[in-house]
Amino acid sequence: MQSGRASALPDGTPKRRRLTLQQRDAVTGYLFIAPQVLGILAFVIVPLALVVYFSFHEWNVLAGTFTFVGAENFERFLTDKNIAPVMQSTAVFSISLVIANITLALLLAVLLNRTMRGVTFFRTLFFSPVVVSLVAWTIVWGFLFQDNGGINGMLQVIGIEGPNWLREGPTAMASVVIVQVFKNVGLNMVLFLAALQGVPQELQEAARVDGANPRTVFRYITIPMISPTILLTFIITIVGSLQVFAQIAVLTQGGPGISTTVLIYYLFQQAFLFGQFGYGSVLSLVLFIIVLILTIVQWQLRKKWVFYEN
Amino acid sequence: MRTKTGNAALGRRILFFAALSVMAIPFVFPTWWMFTSSLKPISEIFAFPPTLWPENPSFDAYVKAFELQPFARQYFNSLYISLIVTVGTMAVASLAGYAFARIKFRGQNLLFMIVLVGLLIPSEVTIVPMFQIFNRLGLIDTHWPIILVSTFGAPSVLATFIMRQFFLTLPVELEEAARLDGLGRLAIWWRIAMPLATSALAAVSIFTFLHIWNLYLEPTVYLQSPELFTLPQALTRYTDAYGGQLWNVQLAAATMTALPVLVVFVVAQKQFVEGLAQTGLKG
Repeated sequence: MQSGRASALPDGTPKRRRLTLQQRDAVTGYLFIAPQVLGILAFVIVPLALVVYFSFHEWNVLAGTFTFVGAENFERFLTDKNIAPVMQSTAVFSISLVIANITLALLLAVLLNRTMRGVTFFRTLFFSPVVVSLVAWTIVWGFLFQDNGGINGMLQVIGIEGPNWLREGPTAMASVVIVQVFKNVGLNMVLFLAALQGVPQELQEAARVDGANPRTVFRYITIPMISPTILLTFIITIVGSLQVFAQIAVLTQGGPGISTTVLIYYLFQQAFLFGQFGYGSVLSLVLFIIVLILTIVQWQLRKKWVFYEN
Repeated sequence: MRTKTGNAALGRRILFFAALSVMAIPFVFPTWWMFTSSLKPISEIFAFPPTLWPENPSFDAYVKAFELQPFARQYFNSLYISLIVTVGTMAVASLAGYAFARIKFRGQNLLFMIVLVGLLIPSEVTIVPMFQIFNRLGLIDTHWPIILVSTFGAPSVLATFIMRQFFLTLPVELEEAARLDGLGRLAIWWRIAMPLATSALAAVSIFTFLHIWNLYLEPTVYLQSPELFTLPQALTRYTDAYGGQLWNVQLAAATMTALPVLVVFVVAQKQFVEGLAQTGLKG
């Protein structure tokens, strides 16, 4: 704010007063943002730098030693035979979740995007799991998925012998995805509903008058119009899927074997169950890089297929 | 003719709602199952065929939930942490959001980019150094790490972003008039901008409260004493002497955890849904 100081000469009082006001304003601005900015520095930027620093060190919790080990932790990552299955589980979980979640959310939103009595009631039903505590929700599903639990009980009623859901690799992964989809699909549904209500009616009617069938209208008018929301839900869902922890911890503890050990759970195990903070830091960096790449890719892709009104 | 089309429409409507009802089962049934099973003795919980309503409903499991763990205390922990963080986030985010939207100062864009980094980095990425920092400060097994990080760190960034987007839409004339009347920035923020921002604040408070109420990794990492546990953490600790799960007690505790928010949701459903839609659309 040198310009302010320079013109604070006794030549033009009104000018001087305006500039002082601006300076005072700037100080207020800094004070207003200080809690958030300092919080981000202390709890995000500094820890991120520490993650990098820790990843070159070995931490012996019992002996209380902290030694520089160079790239050892990174070498360990490259030779860790668990990494391939962990990455695969992470990818399988994220991809199935995103596809299932967005398809179902869009389907529900299209079904419920009408003014008819009873529709609001169903919106509430589909949305309600979002507000049920995550661990409570997971526990009841864990209970339903027991070998002699509710789901197999129902299947038995119609004469089907159900699998031991949480004890077999493929069904365990499917179970975790199912629990997560029904928990959060209501959120994406609401976002899609809001987007659908923003699609101009005239456009759809005009297309219909021109002889387009509902499917064509949906494909060529509705989808492009709501594509920003699709992108948004995509980002939220995929980044959220990388953070799935409680469900895994409560339902399967990463098992059977390591079939449901996704990256975040593996990171938690290594760092906090086995005290491998150096190696845990390497895994944190990997998680960070994946999120970064996903965000950049999505940002680039948005130019390709997102339709903007203006 | 008219009745014919009327009947067809009615038929389609019945079909439509029947389809919706079937689709609603996996959304509604677990909550129902959680509640009814919590009223059953353990023998009936795994009965075949499954019973939809207990033969002799009893609240034994609810009493047990309080006997096996300091459940009332844990309940209070979750409640007070969620409330403090929600109020704190509203303050931090509305101040920062207001300044980024309405005040001009040097380095604004750079500082805003730094804040946005918080949106990019999931808190799981930094949990290892955070644990070490709080360990060094002697704050492990206290509620401070959860409260501080949630209020000032990455979780409040989305709130700041939403508040900024909202304040950008306020007409400038309002503030100019207030300035002429001699109000300072703080007064303008509190007396002019904030009262107009109730919808954005409602959205911010709803998702902050739900987020903190559901936290699981952070309490698991930072807390060790049962009397300091939050609800999600406590729910998973209802086991018998052999580590087997006490399902009915666990489900009773889960019901008590889920029910209050569910009741608030049913009462204030419209605000909930609109609030969350708003956060998503503007976020």
